[in-house]
Amino acid sequence: MQTSFQGYRRENGRVGVRNHVVILPVDDLSNTASEAVANNVKGTLAIPHPYGRLQFGADLDLHFRTLIGAGSNPNVAAAVVIGIEEGWTKKVVDGIARTGKPVVGFGIELHGDHDTIMRASKAAREYLQWASEKQRDECALSELWVSCKCGESDTTSGCGSNPTVGDAFDKLYAAGCTLVFGETTELTGGEQIVAARCRDDGVRQDFMRVFDRYQEVINRHKTTDLSDSQPTKGNIAGGLTTIEEKALGNIQKIGRKCIVDGVIDKAESPTGPGLWFMDSSSAAAEMVTLCAASGFAVHFFPTGQGNVIGNPILPVIKICANPRTVRTMSEHIDVDTSGLLQREITMDQAGDKLLDMMFRTANGRLTAAEALGHREFVLTRLYESA
Amino acid sequence: MIHCVLHDPKDSVAVVVVEGIKAGQTLTGLILDEDRTITLPCTQDIPLGHKVALKDMQIGDTVIKYGIDIGKVVAPIKTGQHAHVHNIKTKRW
Repeated sequence: MQTSFQGYRRENGRVGVRNHVVILPVDDLSNTASEAVANNVKGTLAIPHPYGRLQFGADLDLHFRTLIGAGSNPNVAAAVVIGIEEGWTKKVVDGIARTGKPVVGFGIELHGDHDTIMRASKAAREYLQWASEKQRDECALSELWVSCKCGESDTTSGCGSNPTVGDAFDKLYAAGCTLVFGETTELTGGEQIVAARCRDDGVRQDFMRVFDRYQEVINRHKTTDLSDSQPTKGNIAGGLTTIEEKALGNIQKIGRKCIVDGVIDKAESPTGPGLWFMDSSSAAAEMVTLCAASGFAVHFFPTGQGNVIGNPILPVIKICANPRTVRTMSEHIDVDTSGLLQREITMDQAGDKLLDMMFRTANGRLTAAEALGHREFVLTRLYESA
Repeated sequence: MIHCVLHDPKDSVAVVVVEGIKAGQTLTGLILDEDRTITLPCTQDIPLGHKVALKDMQIGDTVIKYGIDIGKVVAPIKTGQHAHVHNIKTKRW
C-alpha cells in the first residue's frame, strides 16, 4: 500500500485534499447574499442551508459547531462568513479563525444585500487568488482522516460494498489514520457487536449510553414499527427486511480488526488517531455533513440501490457491489466491487481497489458526486426553534 | 455462476445476487465466511438482493443471517421460498 499522498497542509497542521474558498451563511436569510458572492467570484463555493434562526441550547451549540467545523475543515483554504446580524456571524468567524486560516465575516443589517455582497465579493476574490497559489505537499497516510457512512443500502451492501470499506478501514487503522463511523440507530440489532469491539469499559459505557439514549428517542416518537423508515422503502425494495439485518450489514464497515477507540458527539473532532464512533443520524446527508464538520477529509460511502449523495467540502467516494446498480447508475459509482459476489475478486483485492481510489481522490481526482455537482449540506436539528 | 450468497453456514436465508432467478431453478450458493459453495432449490421467483429460505421455518422462529438473529418469522416459510417483509418482522421497535 502507498504510504503518502499529495495534500494541502493548513496553518494548524491538519491536511486537506481540496482547496475550497467557501462562502458560509450563518442563517437561512443569508443564503441569497452568499450565493450571489459565489456567483460573482467564480471558483468559490457557497454552502446554503435552511437554519440558524431562533435556535437555542444544545441545538444552537450543534449549529455553531457544524458551521465552525465545516469552515475549519482542512479541505477549506479560506472562508467568508455572512449572517443577518453581526453577533452570531462573529461567533462563527472567531471559531474558524482558531485554525489560523483566513476568515472574515459580514453582517447584512444596516448594510443590505447589495453592499454586503460587494464587500464580501472583494474579500472572496482576494482569498480565491491567495488560495490558488497553494501547492500540494507530500503528506503521510497517517495524516488522512477518513469517514464512512452507507446509504440506500440493500443486501449487497452487507456482503459486498460494506465489507470492502471494512477491509480498507482495517488497513488504514493499522497505518495510524483517524477514522469514524456512526449512524446510532442503524446499529440496532448489532449494538453488542460494536460494544464488544470497544477499547475498554469506559468507551463501552459511552457507546451504550448514546445508543440507549437514541433508542429512547425512537420509542418515544414512533407511531408504527418504523417499517417504512427503518429499513427505508429503498432498502426493502433492495431486499433488506428488518433493522437487525440492516444493522448487521452496516457494521461490516468497521472491518474485523479495528478497535473502537472513543465516542464523540455530533460534529466533535476526534482527539487522536484510531476508530471513533460518532453519535449521529443515519440520514445520509446529515451524517456526511457531520463528518465534514468533525474535520474528515475523505468519505467512503457504500451503496446498494444507488444513493447519489455528495457534500460541498468532503469528497464522497461511492462503492457499490450491486451489479444492477453499477449497470444502471454507473455515473454515480467510483468503485465497483460487484465481482466479490461472483468470487471474481477477494475481499483483500476489493479493499485495495477502494484504497487505490482513496489515494487518487486525495491526490485530486474528482469523485462522481463532485463531478455531478452533488453538494448536500444538511444540518442536524435536535428540536424545535424558540 | 454464483446465484446467491450466505455469510455463515448456520444462516437460514441466502441473498440472491443475480437478476432473473425463477421458480424451479437449482441455485449455487457461496458461503462467504468459508469460501465454499452449496446447492439449494428455489421454488419462487426471487429478485436480485432478496432472500431465499434455506430451511423450513414456522411462525415465531428466529431467522439467522451473518450467524445472528435478524428477526422473527410471522408467516410459515418453506425451503426455497422468498423470505422478506411478508413473512419476517423485526424483534425491535
